[in-house]
Amino acid sequence: MVAGKFRSVTSYRASFTFEVLGNLGSTVLDVLTVFVLFRAATVVGGFTLAEAVLMTGLAVAGFVLCDAVVGNIDDLKKYVRSGTLDTILLRPLGVLPQLVFLDLPIRKVLRVAFGLTVYGVALRANHLDWTPPRVLLAVLAPLGGAVFFGAIFVLSASVAFWWVDSGELGNGFTYGGRDFTAYPVSVYGGWFRDLFAYALGFAFVSYQPALALLGRGDPLGLPAWAGFAAPLVCLPATLVAALVWRSGVRHYRSTGS
Amino acid sequence: MIRIENVRKDFTVRVKAGRLRREKRVIPAVDGVTLTIEAGEMVGYIGPNGAGKSTTLKMLTGVLAPSAGEVSVCGLRPVPQRTRLALRIGVVFGQRSQLWWDLPLRESFGLLRHIYRVPPAEHDARLRRCRALLGLDEFLDTPVRQLSLGQRMRGELTAALLHGPEILFLDEPTIGLDVVSKQAVRSFLGELGRTGDVTLVLTTHDLADIERLCRRLVVIGRGRVVHDGTIEALHARYGSRRRLVVDLETPLPTGLVLPGASLTSVEADGHRVTFALEESSAGAAVAALVAAAPVRDLSVVEPDIEDVVARLYAGASGAP
Repeated sequence: MVAGKFRSVTSYRASFTFEVLGNLGSTVLDVLTVFVLFRAATVVGGFTLAEAVLMTGLAVAGFVLCDAVVGNIDDLKKYVRSGTLDTILLRPLGVLPQLVFLDLPIRKVLRVAFGLTVYGVALRANHLDWTPPRVLLAVLAPLGGAVFFGAIFVLSASVAFWWVDSGELGNGFTYGGRDFTAYPVSVYGGWFRDLFAYALGFAFVSYQPALALLGRGDPLGLPAWAGFAAPLVCLPATLVAALVWRSGVRHYRSTGS
Repeated sequence: MIRIENVRKDFTVRVKAGRLRREKRVIPAVDGVTLTIEAGEMVGYIGPNGAGKSTTLKMLTGVLAPSAGEVSVCGLRPVPQRTRLALRIGVVFGQRSQLWWDLPLRESFGLLRHIYRVPPAEHDARLRRCRALLGLDEFLDTPVRQLSLGQRMRGELTAALLHGPEILFLDEPTIGLDVVSKQAVRSFLGELGRTGDVTLVLTTHDLADIERLCRRLVVIGRGRVVHDGTIEALHARYGSRRRLVVDLETPLPTGLVLPGASLTSVEADGHRVTFALEESSAGAAVAALVAAAPVRDLSVVEPDIEDVVARLYAGASGAP
């Protein structure tokens, strides 16, 4: 299937090239925004530029990894709407893997490279004190973030099973979540922070692991081990996503033909 | 092979009721269908638009979960055991493509071989057979998007059979096809059915498909089975019989009674008469007629299944 997709994508060469570049552009802009913010103030939310970029790097690395793998799940609403999910359900493979490989995002390769580069540069820029747990965390944090974003992607796509015309609702949580995690959580306030950072768990994607990597205490008062445990947040998120997804597939109604 | 018992599928639709208010309404698409299909059968599943044909098929293939009732296909429950079932059934939806839009058929088939994990030797043997029977060779390397509907449908049939399914479900396989392609599809399915390795379940609006292919006919209307049996049984039940149409040199002698036939109409001053045949053989009636009057021309007309079905549909969609 992977090979098949590659061949069908490359049968439209020009559009493929533009897609690759377009995809890269949006991620670059996200990172630049952080730099622009720090031109206006040297310390934001209690963090310096380098520290904030580490969070951005974690968020972006997690997001691009996830987006490269399950980003297409966004298309689920198209399949549900048109009833083409029928075809997918008729094949002897899981629905999720098929959706993922149905549109293998070769165009997202550059974006992944860029995201990982930002993360790498940010790690170097902070002169971290490399202890073994930190090395492990540095590797696991973006992966945990990717899985967490993946769960959010699956959850928001599942909405399409109930509301056929779910439109951009899901994107509020996926792309919104990415933008949220690109900044230190301490810049947000009130119920908004409580909801996104802790109730939905976005603080554990980049903010908490970054604190642990930097060896800084949390200005918001969580203990230090929380940062090291942060990648584990992806587990309950995955569980919830899996349950919702399964009940969604059963709720699928197809279209008349 | 297939056993469904009291299966229902309800759809909830929201209907506008006033400016902002919308009412929920439950519509039973399939309303208590019970059906058993044995291995090797060829079953035609027909009904008017919206009767629940496709919905039933989708429940049998694991696409839709039934709202109530038991479904068992190849001894598996379609929705929970969907992927296992998919290896054992083949499905062709006339209005939905299983093929990769941008790839030539040859490569689509290759991909399907990997997806269904078919050993290369089996795959090649099946593909060779389909190529010969369906004449695929001339367009095997054309991308699917450039194929005509008839060519694509032949490709779809092949795609559904390459993993050697035990049951083949066809949802309107001849829809939109021209006469030649329809013939090709029908004779291929006929060939397939004769071997008896594959159970065929097909829905269609073209009754010629059924007459050519299926001994058993299931008619569904408003989500319920209204007929299940042979085509002959359908005719017997709805009183449609074969007709004997005769052109005579002289008007029909009055009071003539033929064995096993009854006079239904007299036209052209008694020069053209029609009898309804009560028995399967027209021999006795024809012999008696030829003895009684000078016959110019004579034909036996098969009952028109379209008429019967149209009446059946009208009955099914009439009073609840």
